[in-house]
Amino acid sequence: MTGVPSRLAAGARPRRLGAFLRLDPSALAWMAVVAVLVFLVVSPLARLLASSFQSPETGAWTLANYVTAFGRMRNLEVLGTSLLYAGCVTVVAVGFAVPVAWAVARSDMPGKGMVRALILGAFITPPYLGAIGWILLAGPNAGWLNRAWMALTGASGGIVNVYSFAGLVFVTALYAFPYIFVFATDALDRVSTEMEEAATILGASSAQTTLRVTLPLVTPAILAGAIVVFLDTVALFGTPAIIALPARIRVMTLQLWQYFEYPVRAEVAAAYSLPLVGITVALFWAQRLILGRKGYVALTGKGGSRALTRLGPYRWVAFAYALLVIALAVLLPFAALGQAAFSTAWGQGFSLGNLTLQNFVRLATDANARDTIGHSFTFAAATGCLAVLLAVVAGYVVTRRLMPGGFLLGILCMTPLVIPGIVLAIGFYATYSTPPIALYGTAAILILAFTTRFLPIAYVNAVAGLRTLNPEMEEAVRILGGSRTRAVSRVVVPLLKKSLIGSWLLVFIPAVRELSTALFLVGPNTRVISVMMLDLSENGSFETLAALGFVLLTVTIAIVLLGYRLVGRDFMLRRS
Amino acid sequence: MSGGADPSNLSLAGLSCRYGAFTAVDALDLEVRAGEFVSLLGPSGCGKTTTLRMIAGFVRPTAGTIRLDGRVISSPGAVLAPEKRGMSMIFQSYAIWPNMTVAENVAFGLKLRHLGRDAIAAKVGEILETVRLKALADRYPAELSGGQQQRVALARAIVIQPRVLLLDEPLSNLDANLREEMRYEIRRLHDVFRFTTVYVTHDQGEAMVTSDRIAVMNQGRIEQIDAPYTLYTRPRTAFVARFIGRTNLLEGRRSGDRVAFPGFDLPAGMLEAGEEAGAVTYAVRPHSLALSRQAPAAGEDAAIAVSLAERAFLGESWTYVVALPQDGARLSVTAAPSHVFDVGDRLWLTLDPRQMVPLAPESRG
Repeated sequence: MTGVPSRLAAGARPRRLGAFLRLDPSALAWMAVVAVLVFLVVSPLARLLASSFQSPETGAWTLANYVTAFGRMRNLEVLGTSLLYAGCVTVVAVGFAVPVAWAVARSDMPGKGMVRALILGAFITPPYLGAIGWILLAGPNAGWLNRAWMALTGASGGIVNVYSFAGLVFVTALYAFPYIFVFATDALDRVSTEMEEAATILGASSAQTTLRVTLPLVTPAILAGAIVVFLDTVALFGTPAIIALPARIRVMTLQLWQYFEYPVRAEVAAAYSLPLVGITVALFWAQRLILGRKGYVALTGKGGSRALTRLGPYRWVAFAYALLVIALAVLLPFAALGQAAFSTAWGQGFSLGNLTLQNFVRLATDANARDTIGHSFTFAAATGCLAVLLAVVAGYVVTRRLMPGGFLLGILCMTPLVIPGIVLAIGFYATYSTPPIALYGTAAILILAFTTRFLPIAYVNAVAGLRTLNPEMEEAVRILGGSRTRAVSRVVVPLLKKSLIGSWLLVFIPAVRELSTALFLVGPNTRVISVMMLDLSENGSFETLAALGFVLLTVTIAIVLLGYRLVGRDFMLRRS
Repeated sequence: MSGGADPSNLSLAGLSCRYGAFTAVDALDLEVRAGEFVSLLGPSGCGKTTTLRMIAGFVRPTAGTIRLDGRVISSPGAVLAPEKRGMSMIFQSYAIWPNMTVAENVAFGLKLRHLGRDAIAAKVGEILETVRLKALADRYPAELSGGQQQRVALARAIVIQPRVLLLDEPLSNLDANLREEMRYEIRRLHDVFRFTTVYVTHDQGEAMVTSDRIAVMNQGRIEQIDAPYTLYTRPRTAFVARFIGRTNLLEGRRSGDRVAFPGFDLPAGMLEAGEEAGAVTYAVRPHSLALSRQAPAAGEDAAIAVSLAERAFLGESWTYVVALPQDGARLSVTAAPSHVFDVGDRLWLTLDPRQMVPLAPESRG
């Protein structure tokens, strides 16, 4: 017995040295992650920043790009228009989202399941597709609503014009409000019933309880949703390209796009795009300030049965409002798009002679269109896998504190959140379109840019999942002799399977329809659906476009339903 | 805190609550006198929280009535809304609103009563003084410890001078030391304010410290309601005897003028009336039993030869487990730290028949 400890002690020193030389595979894994994150996040941003201060010809340091970008009154006005546009969209979106969210989560309004499902429909609709739907509905004179108005009243002109600032704001808000809805319903679902009962027993009526306790408690969530909407709108390209451009309204993203027309002035675009990053950072900072010392930890209420506010006859008022919102966001535009998808010419209306499958046949037979559809789905699938893999490894290193300063990894993973897609694309273009790494026009640059863009979604999910796992389960593997790699592959990954499938889907769905990042990075052989739709809309080929939208939505819905089956309901309507 | 409404008396009659086939509360009767502190004590699922929530008006009874000062406030047909009852409640999670400061939380109920700004400030200041939170008035709940949040909940409930104060397991989220301290705090506040109080808990220690009377609940009914001392010394059912403190149950059988127990018998006259002939169960607390090495002198007490089966030293006392000679039935005995015996020792167990309490036969399952 006495000999054993001394033998162990004697063997310890060389073995420790050996372990130092043979690197632990998990150490290799995190080093790889650091390298990949530098490639995806640090280097494009650094390049973007550097090129904004460099002369493209000489490479010398200069402020000339900023002078070009901001030295003209017109460009500053464009910046102002963008902020006004985003502000208006946010206000309208809050107006759409909050009442419906409250009614769905906390009242006895009828038809809640349907309302939730249709808002999910608005959520997965690409905003530019919705915008096309609204052109069909509210285009001056030819739009269905205007035609109906003229037919009913005998008026000589329509009453709504989508090609206006109001139209732009309205259409954008219709596809942005689901963010606020998701954030608000999630928070409302988690407000502890006891919080409300505490007000009730002290003498507050249900209206007082709602206004003074429930809504203030979910204000942070609404604020967070509103900030997402605001930032999304400032950085939005598709809807402005479709609606603002013909309406001669100029916003920042369109201006940025112009810098990429001949002669390409990427360095001016870089300078002009940096305020977008600044605005994003400033807003998140402001959010922290507003929330201040108030902790909202108490939101983690127990689920289960909860008393819903009885609205009496007013529940039909609530239902009517919810119905109006989903009719505007989903039912009407989809009806218009559906009609166009199966028409020879959408303007001829509903008649048997106008009915055709030609648009779908064209998509199926045209090699170019087939390739484009194929690209969108394969790129998005690859993006999902890459982002989830990266997020899990980074999340694991951070949550298990495997390396000193590991939290920096988390910050890197979350950084793309503050980079608008269009800016990210410019960064990728500036960094990886020229040697030594010339990826422009390849599938790789799209997949990598998409991965960077949606990495925060995957990372937040991965960390949330990992936090639910008690590290002792992995320690149990290791004390029994398993390596950390084995602990991860045999315990962590199997336990997180559902959560990982969920985050793959949450990355896949936006990646399929991503426009602003793709726009700057697609080459002739890597076109994706979103870019093709934009081209079709410029040509006015709304029928083919609608058919393409139909394909995109059908596949997306099929995948969402598959996700429901695999992961359980509500994986999309949960705030992550 | 003067000038509030007088405390009310609360009367529950035939109160029931069914969820489908499950009966949560079963024809419960309870009178809470004005200013009295009554605990509802029982294991989880015994219906105590449902009862409390019916008193608050959050749950509608399926039968029976609740009266406040004689006026019916709950019946299957009509339930007075919780906000109209003038009660207040302390929740298990405290339910302190995180978006309001301590002072704002406490002022909430006063604002609803349309008090003037100065009156509110004065009352809030006074109550925060009472619960020793004055210095933290402008803090947000997230900046408070669990015990401080608990005090905010107390202050918020008390400041409106409720007609009835309801507490739903208010201490279950605190750590052991704080829980101990807060029991006395709650009782102290009751001594100050004398609100009619209903307190739900599964912790007998909490109930015994705080309450004037304790209602022990089991399967939706009250098994016994009495002052803590009576409940402990005179439990009426085996359930109560087991739930309040530790106890030994002895099965006796009366024949003629003697009652036979496993291993010994006692004259019926020395025991409290076991009704007629037949089986009777007696409860004996472990500390009313004594162990000794020598046979005690013959007296009133019964002495039985036993052997020591297990022992555990708890610091303030020994817990011994002895086996009765006849059927090996085991009894727990509590002894002072200086009374040291070893496992296997042959000892004499002394029983005081006056401390043996006859129990009512189990009425249900």
